[in-house]
Amino acid sequence: MARRAAPEVNAGSMADIAFLLLIFFLVTTTIEVDSGIVSKLPPEAPDTPPPPVKKKNIFQVLVNKDNQLLVEEELMELKDLTDAAVAFIDNGGGEGKSGCAYCEGERSPESSDNPKKAIVSLVNDRQATYDYYITVTNELVRAYTILRNRAATQRYGETYESMYARYKDTQEADKETPEYLELEKRLDVIRELYPRNLSEAEPQVAG
Amino acid sequence: MSKFNKKKSGDLPPVSTASLPDIVFMLLFFFMVATVMRDDEMLVENQLPAANQVEKLEDKNKLVNIYIGKPGVNYQKTFGTSDVVQLGDKISRVDDVYNYVNTKRSAMPENLQDQMMVSLKVDRNAKVGVLTDVKQELRKAQALKITYTSNQGDPMNNIKRR
Repeated sequence: MARRAAPEVNAGSMADIAFLLLIFFLVTTTIEVDSGIVSKLPPEAPDTPPPPVKKKNIFQVLVNKDNQLLVEEELMELKDLTDAAVAFIDNGGGEGKSGCAYCEGERSPESSDNPKKAIVSLVNDRQATYDYYITVTNELVRAYTILRNRAATQRYGETYESMYARYKDTQEADKETPEYLELEKRLDVIRELYPRNLSEAEPQVAG
Repeated sequence: MSKFNKKKSGDLPPVSTASLPDIVFMLLFFFMVATVMRDDEMLVENQLPAANQVEKLEDKNKLVNIYIGKPGVNYQKTFGTSDVVQLGDKISRVDDVYNYVNTKRSAMPENLQDQMMVSLKVDRNAKVGVLTDVKQELRKAQALKITYTSNQGDPMNNIKRR
């Protein structure tokens, strides 16, 4: 009997099978969101009253139930919020020891002494919507980022954001290198200059 | 003349589909790699807002998810239409956050427990009230590292849509 060559397997349906699998994965895929605005809650309030803070060192932001913004007792558009916050934090109106050599603000005695004392207080009505709330938070955080970027560029010739990204991207194995420790130290310096004093007040009824 | 006639004869050759499986497989592998199976089934509406001051979150094993939003369409008969909290795969009361977070924390390896981060996934149309209550519970539970999980994007888009 003559040997016949084995017949070739028809691969025409391979595409169909692959498509089937592809569609299954397409449908089940949910790309998880893995980014967010990091924040830190204050510990439970102790019984002792909080240290007194001068009124001029507080930047008050109120959000009411109709998603309107009241900043320092004036109605404000959301787009102006970041600039107002930057002006407040960077004011540096203090004198002598509580002054601020690196601030570039107006040094008005009516506004904050220095960035370490300046507190941004965010109070929101319970009926405000979350997307508005998160936008306000985002704008306030952005104010700090702007100032930190400026300080970092002046000191180290690199923005805070890019330094921080580099810090975060470091592999576990490289965490002992002097560069990494230096980077960590620099970030701490910048954070020290402009600490993020963003207070979300105890819940209360806001008008 | 015959030279030219030759070309005209014969139909257009069919396009070869031999590489189609390869292309499809390539796509398939991409999706297989990119797929993250969701841990929790969503019982509440959960459309995250956008923000541009976001940071990349910690590893998944350090995260505890808390979802806030309106119950999904199938659950509105049972749970109503006001905002609720979803812990794990069930809708819970705000008071349960304390226990839930503590349980999750003690289930973690000991060296990670103090790095635990609570990821608040709040629907963009939810009211802030429930979120405030949850944050108070988290303070009680000493879970102070939180993150408002949001998509990377222009935050002004959040507001324009309404």
